[in-house]
Amino acid sequence: MAIIKKFKAVKIEQNHLLGIQNLSFSQISQILDQAKNFIALNRSSSKKMDILRGKTQINLFFEPSTRTQSSFELAGKRLGADVMSMNIVNSAIKKGETLIDTAMTLNAMHPDIIVIRHQDSGAPNLLAQKVNCSVINAGDGRREHPTQALLDALTIINRKGKIKGLKIAICGDILHSRVARSNIYLMNLLGAEVNIVAPKTLLPHSIERLGVKVFTNMKKGLKDCDIVMMLRLQNERMHGSFLPSAREYYEYFGLTPDKLKLAKKDALIMHPGPMNRGVEIDTNLADDINRSVIREQVELGVAVRMACLKIFCKK
Amino acid sequence: MMKEKYLVNGRIIDPKNNLDEIGGVIIDSNGLIKAVGKKVVNGNLPSKAEKIDLKKQILIPGQVDMRVFVGEPGYEYKENFRTLSDAALSGGVTSVVSMPNTSPVIDNVSIVDFLKRRGRDKSKINIFPAATLTKNTEGKQMTEFGLLKRKGIVAFTDGTKTVQDPQVMSRIMNFAGQSDSLIIQHAEDNILSNGGLINEGEISTRLGLKGIPALAEKIIVERDLSLLEEYFCRYHISQISSKKTLSVIKKAKNEKKKFTTGVSINNLSLNENDIGDFKTFLKLSPPLRTENDRQSLIEGINNDLIDVIVSDHKPEDEESKRLTFAQAATGASGIETLLPLALELFHNKSVKLNKLIALLTCNPAKILGIDKGTLSKGKEADICVFDLNKTWTVDKSKLKSKSKNTPIENRKLQGLVSKTFVKGEMLYERT
Repeated sequence: MAIIKKFKAVKIEQNHLLGIQNLSFSQISQILDQAKNFIALNRSSSKKMDILRGKTQINLFFEPSTRTQSSFELAGKRLGADVMSMNIVNSAIKKGETLIDTAMTLNAMHPDIIVIRHQDSGAPNLLAQKVNCSVINAGDGRREHPTQALLDALTIINRKGKIKGLKIAICGDILHSRVARSNIYLMNLLGAEVNIVAPKTLLPHSIERLGVKVFTNMKKGLKDCDIVMMLRLQNERMHGSFLPSAREYYEYFGLTPDKLKLAKKDALIMHPGPMNRGVEIDTNLADDINRSVIREQVELGVAVRMACLKIFCKK
Repeated sequence: MMKEKYLVNGRIIDPKNNLDEIGGVIIDSNGLIKAVGKKVVNGNLPSKAEKIDLKKQILIPGQVDMRVFVGEPGYEYKENFRTLSDAALSGGVTSVVSMPNTSPVIDNVSIVDFLKRRGRDKSKINIFPAATLTKNTEGKQMTEFGLLKRKGIVAFTDGTKTVQDPQVMSRIMNFAGQSDSLIIQHAEDNILSNGGLINEGEISTRLGLKGIPALAEKIIVERDLSLLEEYFCRYHISQISSKKTLSVIKKAKNEKKKFTTGVSINNLSLNENDIGDFKTFLKLSPPLRTENDRQSLIEGINNDLIDVIVSDHKPEDEESKRLTFAQAATGASGIETLLPLALELFHNKSVKLNKLIALLTCNPAKILGIDKGTLSKGKEADICVFDLNKTWTVDKSKLKSKSKNTPIENRKLQGLVSKTFVKGEMLYERT
């Protein structure tokens, strides 16, 4: 058995985690297998390992983030890395320094891994060209949020035992969502059938070309689904011309017990957080321990990020 | 006084005069064209004349590029008149219309004097400055078309910007009609394109970049062509990028409306797929669109719906491009590769050679109303000589322009300019 496992392990050549689009099936399997092993560790009383002892991890968050940033910070610390989180508000970036200059400055301090979140799509790709450590994308613009999709996959596998053959509905503001894009790529690659449910004004152009079925009627989109993945509707979208009101959105695209009935009886509810209760999801559903795996997503997020740090950290 | 020059043993193409024959050109001692065509043969030349053997290469009028950005005044670190002129000469371009988006912008008579003086002193090519349509390109108050025209301004455009307000635009057209001024519109609706970075479509969805819908261009062209019915003036659409806009143009041409249209060589030679992994050198305005759009633009040339090809030469220093795609400057350097890249359309049998040459020489000259873009007897001898079949690879380090933001680095091209003459003087020769 051990021999087979060893044989199965694929060495990841690529040093950066920029997006699901850049990963192969075997790389994804490796990350998920590795993450599974960390779940138990995270639940034990002694959580510290020394896999990354002596390594330096810099968290470079250009956008405010609570769960992703703390999740990466904990993940690095539990693996024994020295973790530094840059406070952008007080940094030279606010004084007009460009991303590349910031990268070069940090690079001179010999980090082994940089975790970046940036409001501009493609920022991690630019960073990766300029530094000689590994770069992990913690969310860039509307493009990708690979670790979120990976933790979603792990959560589904943990509950359903597989992803292949499942029917997954991703609902809400697809247009502005990097979580949606990463999940579309990942769930497709892992053999799920993906439905997209959104009002037309929040659908990206040509989204069907990404291999999804598009629904503007939520009940039809949820029919017979195993997983209902809700997305956050950012407040500013409600004040723009995307939607008439939060009330209308909730009526047609909010997840309510009534709409959930169309999905399979054992369908799971997921949400990347933070939630707008009463806007995209009924507050009782969000807390329903039989259906909602939202807290489990957060828990497994740490394990997935530990796996990514371990696998991608510059050797 | 210069020596008389006999340029012999070439293929002479001058679309204005329907000329395409083996022969030569005689340039007199004043730098004017004395004779052209098959009668100029490699025979008994006067002993004091200078003979230049064209070695069977093609000789055409110096190209006229209607859309070029110079950094003067304000952005001299991106491009100045001297570097622009060197770049243009190596690409066989002898006349350019310089865009007014400088700092300060070209919107009043006093700055035109400065511009003309700098152009004359530092540049070896003909600079035809454009002035803005509106004060400070704000789209509100029209500039002094009459006075500026008297100072030598050949065209009015807000350059990278579009007049958004239909009432302002209608008054501009109305006023321009009476002063016979040429109005050039960069067609893009600001609200529809707000925040957009690349063509709206599958690629923008995949890259997570906000899209610029083709509709943003179409809607302005539709509006302006409607206004043109009421307020006729000399109206030119700077550069179009999409099939949708082309269908509007086709309809208007069928209705016998009079106006002209340009296209950037970039939109003819590249498409949105070339952006690849966030290549900021391909962040352009209008954006690169789909292959289907590119093909339809080529069709537009062949159907006489498009009159001019421009380089849309917009030099940007490295610092303005070494940023995230959202933050990076828009535009590409292109004046040096305009002809070779256009020749690609000939080599791949998309467009006939004489047609291409017309769109680069006499057509823009005619729209601008300038005495350029032809080899007619008595005209100033602005000439470009090129080797139609010479293959070479674009290498940005060899560009003469001060900025190196070429969108076609490492592209293999066929056709290379070998000599350029301005007013009879050979100012460029490839060694």
